[in-house]
Amino acid sequence: MSGGHSTYTPSTGIEKWIDARLPLPRLVYDSFIAYPVPRNLNYAYTFGGILAIMLVSQILTGVVLAMHYASATSLAFDSVEKIMRDVNSGWLLRYMHANGASMFFVAVYIHIFRGLYYGSYKAPRELLWILGVIIYLLMMATAFMGYVLPWGQMSFWGATVITGFFTAFPIIGDPIQQLLLGGFAVDNPTLNRFFSLHYLLPFMIAGVVVLHVWALHVTGQTNPTGIEVKSKTDTVPFTPYATVKDGFAMVLFFILFAYFIFYMPNYLGHPDNYIPADSLKTPAHIVPEWYFLPFYAMLRAITFNIGPIDSKLGGVLTMFGSIAILFLVPWLDTSKVRSAVYRPWYKLFFWLFVADAILLGWLGSRPAEGVYVVMAQMATLYYFVFFLVIMPVLGLIETPKRLPNSITEAVLAKSKGGAVPAGATAAPETKG
Amino acid sequence: MKTILTGLATLGFGVMLTVGGALAQEQHSEAEPTHFPIEKPHQESWSFAGPFGTYDKGQLQRGLKVYKEVCSSCHSMKLVAFRSLEELGYTEDQVKALAAEYDIQDGPNADGEMFTRKGIPTDYFPSPFPNDAAAAASNGGAAPPDFSLIAKARAVERGFPTFIFDIFTQYAEAGPDYIHALLTGYDHTPPEGMEIPEGTHYNPYFIAGKSLAMPKPIDDGQVTYDDGSPETLDQYSRDVSAFLMWAAEPHLEARKRTGFRVMVFLVLFAGLVYLVKRRVWANVAH
Amino acid sequence: MSAHDTAEPTRRDFLYIATGMAGVVGAASLAWPFIDQMRPDASTLAAASIEVDISSVTEGMSLTVKWRGKPIFIRNRTPKEVDDAKNTALSALKDPVARNANLASDAPATDLERSAGEGKENWLIMIGICTHLGCIPLGESGEYGGWFCPCHGSTYDTAGRIRSGPAPENMAIPPYEFLSDTHVKIG
Repeated sequence: MSGGHSTYTPSTGIEKWIDARLPLPRLVYDSFIAYPVPRNLNYAYTFGGILAIMLVSQILTGVVLAMHYASATSLAFDSVEKIMRDVNSGWLLRYMHANGASMFFVAVYIHIFRGLYYGSYKAPRELLWILGVIIYLLMMATAFMGYVLPWGQMSFWGATVITGFFTAFPIIGDPIQQLLLGGFAVDNPTLNRFFSLHYLLPFMIAGVVVLHVWALHVTGQTNPTGIEVKSKTDTVPFTPYATVKDGFAMVLFFILFAYFIFYMPNYLGHPDNYIPADSLKTPAHIVPEWYFLPFYAMLRAITFNIGPIDSKLGGVLTMFGSIAILFLVPWLDTSKVRSAVYRPWYKLFFWLFVADAILLGWLGSRPAEGVYVVMAQMATLYYFVFFLVIMPVLGLIETPKRLPNSITEAVLAKSKGGAVPAGATAAPETKG
Repeated sequence: MKTILTGLATLGFGVMLTVGGALAQEQHSEAEPTHFPIEKPHQESWSFAGPFGTYDKGQLQRGLKVYKEVCSSCHSMKLVAFRSLEELGYTEDQVKALAAEYDIQDGPNADGEMFTRKGIPTDYFPSPFPNDAAAAASNGGAAPPDFSLIAKARAVERGFPTFIFDIFTQYAEAGPDYIHALLTGYDHTPPEGMEIPEGTHYNPYFIAGKSLAMPKPIDDGQVTYDDGSPETLDQYSRDVSAFLMWAAEPHLEARKRTGFRVMVFLVLFAGLVYLVKRRVWANVAH
Repeated sequence: MSAHDTAEPTRRDFLYIATGMAGVVGAASLAWPFIDQMRPDASTLAAASIEVDISSVTEGMSLTVKWRGKPIFIRNRTPKEVDDAKNTALSALKDPVARNANLASDAPATDLERSAGEGKENWLIMIGICTHLGCIPLGESGEYGGWFCPCHGSTYDTAGRIRSGPAPENMAIPPYEFLSDTHVKIG
């Protein structure tokens, strides 16, 4: 997949035979063994591998859960409980799947923030970034539909509220909602189609992941300095260097994952989802899963009409806009310097943005009343200002620190501990 | 990575602490509260809490007795099969005898008629009402909730910053704490000026309002224990809460046991992979 | 760029091998739940038993009931059928073992051992599944007046014993007991 020439040399007769017919071993060798990666990648760069393994984990547990799950409104809730009670290891597989979704989002958020911090979206990696945003969108759709399947109260009312977004659009809104639901309210047809799509989408994600990795291997990784690879000394071969580092990070991530599965399996869920869906009774507070909370907060922050747009449509547009804006990030950032390490002001605004996202998440879990609404409005404002004002303007006015000449220079300066080039101290992870 | 994490933590916590502090000042009207429960449940000590928690079988058996003699007249437990009661320490024969105490509707037989027979271990706890509408009709319009999952379906919000500490203390007993608090929470006098709707009963621990339709269901001495445990409301509440936790999460012990093995393995494995990683990168400055 | 290590190779090799082994053990343990979940679950395994009222099954009549998802043939055999089966020498049988879950596994396939026992020889209760490939044989048909499997032509006699065709064993007899003269409990 890499742009460079292949260094694979088949040694045995069988390898030569295969290579002449289907050079799959060559592809694997060039992509995952000889593929050069910058030598200064830190642990923030290990989340791509972690995400890949989480996708595999979700697909595997999902496939076996589907062997026991029944996607009919009269059976769904009980079939999930049968998995929890009677199916051998069923509780483990279901908790892996449910908490796996959360862990998937933990990893993807770190992955996205890492991209924003080190400027991974900047030319020539715009398509790589856009493919990533598409994966993120598909993940959100998959997670949302998966949450409906247990057919608890939160499943039902979450589905009702989220499909209700579309009714905000004039004229076309109601027909779109009916098309999505297959009826006038969330019911059996909805559950069945969500199950079908929930099974399908992960494979589509896997497909886009292949494109994402392909695009990555064409341009090569970025790195904490943001300087492109210039010579062979700037890189190390993927195996064993990156594989073992990724592997170590994966095992650490598994510890976190296992901690939730075995000791706090319901911590990230909502108790109301252990109550069977009741279409005549709404829970006191409808709260989405934690990974949607920032967007939920933005949805509810628009409590006022904006000209001809009423507050309902305004909220929906704000929420969709908050994700759509990610597609434009490569062109919103005007800075010539890629990495935040050399951009003191951007670094500050970046961390404020991280705090803002966390704050939005917390606000999303609060009832929409009183001071929370005002706070959500302020936080939403900053979310958009960060992308639409700070990114373009800062790139034009900020004076970046002096960049090292090459990755190797930055690394050597740091490891000698001597004349550290400005900013290189912030390159994380000095041990190893 | 370290910088990112510390940055994340400091900023996030900083902002949230400020906000949390500001919100703690919020005023509540005593007579007309808007957020429930009025009182948060106390954190009780449970044998099944923590990484090595196990169920106390004697307690589960007592809890079952309370459920059978008190709760089951209104609350169903549809997802629990008699056969699973063997996990409470009963023998197969005891479970058979226990199941046979119940009448189960079965059928249709060869003549197309439904009939009633004695319960067998593969049956599930029968519901006290033929359907939800009948349950609602006999209980002033609100069907008593099913008890199979009640211990996981009720949890009082912990609030910031407790919900963060909960990750580290492995607090996962919000359900039993709530049930215990609710059962022992009757007999409080409502604050001056609070209006309690007719036919409901004030309970400051009730999660969805100031009062609930269920009257105080159990009191001291109502159920006879044959193992010498105190026959008090507090003990009954504890026992039935533990039993309902078991009903909701029967594989809890296996989960924590497996978890310990997995954690030990992963920590050792992480150590090994770390050593390999260090060895591989030993001569490469990075 | 490879790591030239100064430590003696044995120690380094040991570390790599130990890590590799641990990884394999971990992966194998992780695979187990995925296989384990395919086994019959607790509700399926729970000893399912059914009680059948056989008072309406008069001589020469049969009843088919479902037990563990399989058909159970309950036949009140005519004296002629019983005699036919009794008069068949064990040496004429393809499978000389009774295949009766209520008896020892090596009990001979005499008519008495196939039936409900002394005094109840007219009752034959067996799992109505051809031992060849699992089809359900047709009753009162075939060369021996017993059962005939339409799938591949196995023929059973009036005691459900395989006499000709590809099936290897007599039809299996499930665990059962008579609770009274009119009620039988299967399983």
